[in-house]
Amino acid sequence: MELKDLISQKLESNFPEAELEYSEYRGELNIKFNKKFVNSICKFLKQDSELEFLLCEDVTAVDWAKRKNRFTVVYHIFSLKHNFRLVLKADVDESDCSIDTVSSVWKTSDWQERETYDMYGIKFNNHPDLRRIYMPEEFEYYPLRKDFPLMGIPGSLPLPKK
Amino acid sequence: MGLEAKLDSDGFLVTQLDTVVAWARKNSVYPMPMGISCCAIEMMAAADPKYDIARFGSEVMRFTPRQCDLMIVAGTVTYKMSHVVRKIYEQMPDPKWVIAMGACTSTGGMYRSYSVVQGIDQFLPVDVYLAGCPPRPDNLLNALIQIQNKIGRTRAKDFQNLKLPELNVIQNN
Ligand code: SF4
Repeated sequence: MELKDLISQKLESNFPEAELEYSEYRGELNIKFNKKFVNSICKFLKQDSELEFLLCEDVTAVDWAKRKNRFTVVYHIFSLKHNFRLVLKADVDESDCSIDTVSSVWKTSDWQERETYDMYGIKFNNHPDLRRIYMPEEFEYYPLRKDFPLMGIPGSLPLPKK
Repeated sequence: MGLEAKLDSDGFLVTQLDTVVAWARKNSVYPMPMGISCCAIEMMAAADPKYDIARFGSEVMRFTPRQCDLMIVAGTVTYKMSHVVRKIYEQMPDPKWVIAMGACTSTGGMYRSYSVVQGIDQFLPVDVYLAGCPPRPDNLLNALIQIQNKIGRTRAKDFQNLKLPELNVIQNN
């Protein structure tokens, strides 16, 4: 059986309520699901002995500005066993701007989630240390959101006195 | 000709102490290499045997601000970094000079964005701006020569009875 079919079959049988949606882009499988299942699905993909997605390459987000579910959180995970990359996506709405952390599954995603929080303001529940990672801690805005002006908000980042 | 000939024939030299100090000072500028990004590579190249900044008496790059009198800010200064740059500048003893090396440092360069300071003159007094992305090492040497000329014009009376902020103004005009 092809690996893509194997993954979807396994997920279907283990998470029937996760609202799984599949798409393919340039030969890569994208799987979208309900954000409540993010932790359990990630844990499953990592620990299943036939899949072993041991590496979390990136956690980031997309801001769709006017869409109903404003943000999509995107995970790129990689199986060293199969040399196979998988893209996971979960929608997050602005009214409840949070999603569970996967830093308990992949340690690397700790800082990647901090970056996503810093840039988009998406909170990661149960994250061990959710602080800003690039911007100063007292900064109040989220720079990669579509409504943030390119040149920033004057006075929001203080300069030293001349 | 030259100094040796003069000393040989007369055995003494009449000048002003001020001039001697300025002459010594301008030929032994200690740069503080504030290398923040890619421009720093060209700054290093200026110190290598090919361009040889030692010809101008500035080969002693000190990595502590307390021994330096010229800060070469080479690289993109972000808002977060600006506080560090200012702090290091303040640790340098007076009199001191600043070269803004490269497009980024002078104007923000190609980084027209919220995180990059659009020109370090917003928080530092700059003496020489250096064009280029990155500027060639010979361009940096040119900037150093400009600074040397400026130091040569500086006289002790310019600094008399002045408080620190006023000093900065005088020194950077
Ligand atoms: S001016 Fe160019 S070379 Fe210099 S720091 Fe900026 S981007 Fe890098």
